[in-house]
Amino acid sequence: MRITVEDLSWAVSGTGILCDIDANVTSGETVGLIGPNGSGKSSLLRCIAGLRAPTSGAIRYETSDIHGWSARQIAQYVAFVEQALDSDSDLRVADVVALGRTPFRDRWRGLSHTDRAIIDAALAQVGLADLRSRGWKTLSGGERQRAHIARALAQQPWGIVLDEPTNHLDVRHQLELMRLLTDTDQTVLIALHDLSLAARFCDRLLLLHRGTLVATGPPEDVLTPDRLRDVFEVDAEIGQDSLGHLTVAYRGTA
Amino acid sequence: MSASPNQATDSDRSEVTAGIAAVLHPAARGAAREVPDAPPRGRTAWSLLGLSGIGFGLLAVSIVVSVRIGTSGVSYGDLGRSLGSRLGVAEPLPRLLDSLIWDLRVPRVLMAAVVGALLAVCGAVLQAVTRNALADPYLLGVSHGASTGAVLVVVLAIGAGSLGVTGGAFVGALVSFGLLMLLLRRSGLDSVRVVLTGVVVGQLFAAVTSLVLMASGDADATRAITYWLLGSMASARWGVVIVCAIVAALGLAVVWWYSAALDAFSFGADTAASLGINVRRTRIMLLVVTALLTSVAVASVGAIGFVGLIVPHGVRFLVGPLHRALLPFAALAGAVFLVWTDALARVSFAPQEVPVGVFTALIGVPLFLFVLRRRGEL
Repeated sequence: MRITVEDLSWAVSGTGILCDIDANVTSGETVGLIGPNGSGKSSLLRCIAGLRAPTSGAIRYETSDIHGWSARQIAQYVAFVEQALDSDSDLRVADVVALGRTPFRDRWRGLSHTDRAIIDAALAQVGLADLRSRGWKTLSGGERQRAHIARALAQQPWGIVLDEPTNHLDVRHQLELMRLLTDTDQTVLIALHDLSLAARFCDRLLLLHRGTLVATGPPEDVLTPDRLRDVFEVDAEIGQDSLGHLTVAYRGTA
Repeated sequence: MSASPNQATDSDRSEVTAGIAAVLHPAARGAAREVPDAPPRGRTAWSLLGLSGIGFGLLAVSIVVSVRIGTSGVSYGDLGRSLGSRLGVAEPLPRLLDSLIWDLRVPRVLMAAVVGALLAVCGAVLQAVTRNALADPYLLGVSHGASTGAVLVVVLAIGAGSLGVTGGAFVGALVSFGLLMLLLRRSGLDSVRVVLTGVVVGQLFAAVTSLVLMASGDADATRAITYWLLGSMASARWGVVIVCAIVAALGLAVVWWYSAALDAFSFGADTAASLGINVRRTRIMLLVVTALLTSVAVASVGAIGFVGLIVPHGVRFLVGPLHRALLPFAALAGAVFLVWTDALARVSFAPQEVPVGVFTALIGVPLFLFVLRRRGEL
């Protein structure tokens, strides 16, 4: 599904967080959202996932403005995964994934056969089928994040929005998670801190700085030493590894 | 992916879903074939059904046995005749004994069951809404508001007898809850704010209660209120029991309707919202319903502590954290628990009666510790 952000601004009690953002994510694309801490990545993602209403501007799913849509309607199109999300209650893995069926469920009834089949498929897709009856608290960080991805997939969304899902994961699990996301032909919008990871897995990058979009395009166009100096305040070297992936090495702060 | 989502409603999306259902998400198709289409989940449903059978059986037995227990002995035969005579199939009992069973003992035991169920359900709901394992029905400060109302009625001698106290307590509870919502109006019902504001409002009303008691300097009133604050079923009568039972049934139905939303709150408000829950409306609705239910319970029998805190934890240990099962089982377990503690309160120091709140804590604390240990949280 094509997601379009038109002239979006968002302010909290007079303080502007996002300013005049125009961006889009086309169907089936994996788009990375990068930017330093406090640049407004999370806010933009929350606006796009319908969790915050923009002060002005519009968000369109395909051609329709989501302004005035109910949370349930939005949840039927877009799934949202927060960073390192924990819970006190000891849900089983299958129960967590079943939460993804919430926007489609009849309140009085339990899960239907269709729901269960979708949950099983989502568990299989992220490789958690064997852990389906395990309690949440017994899972490792990587397994938890995969469970959240499975929950998002169980929502059968037309687009998935993720806020730094690779935080707190070791290298192998970061790669696995990104592979999992890019292997689906989902429309994916993902905020990332690791620029090399973003360069390697994303079709396009959106670079956010102090609430405005300063660059957008393929990773090799967006990630230039000048821009990294201006936005991230680091002295960086952009190179290529032997596999042909773009790499970002840091010499120090700028 | 080709269809455009132009202002879709639930129904046209469900058409789309029906189309997708068989094929799942495009990316999941390959995986879907490896999975048997009807997983053997029946066992869980059956074991829950069995457990609910046991629960209802236990409650019925508890109620019948508990009616017999008390300072004056009542036999099962007497109980049967009292019930039978009302259905017109048995000889009536002597007036005094009949009145003891039908007008005092039976409503009292039923009251314990209803209040136990109410408190346990409210505790479970508030623990989920505030994401706080220590939440209990009195978290919102309504019990302190209720006692202020009750004290004012007693000290100023408005109304007549126990009904006056009940009415005063109910009004007091509503006033304190109104103040709480007023204070929360701008801050957006965030979990921590609800808990903090609830505590603050509760403390305010507790202070007012003490002030009124001190100012009046009436020893009898102080004693009556202390007793009432700890909770007692002694004054339960049919009228109040029936009102409580109706309110409890309605309240349970409402919160059960929200069970999927309560599950969605497990990972916080933003995740709940992203799962299609209208967070603000759901929170307001659940806070209002639990406050009303608690107010009814507190106004009828006083503030009985610990039931709403421990029963949900114990029941999670048995049936898991999903609210679809948790809420009805919490109601059952709360009912059984309070029926027995009330029976104990009646006979343990007979003829002197101990406030039931004392026993819910005495029994509740070790049970609570046991459950937390077993769940590895302590």
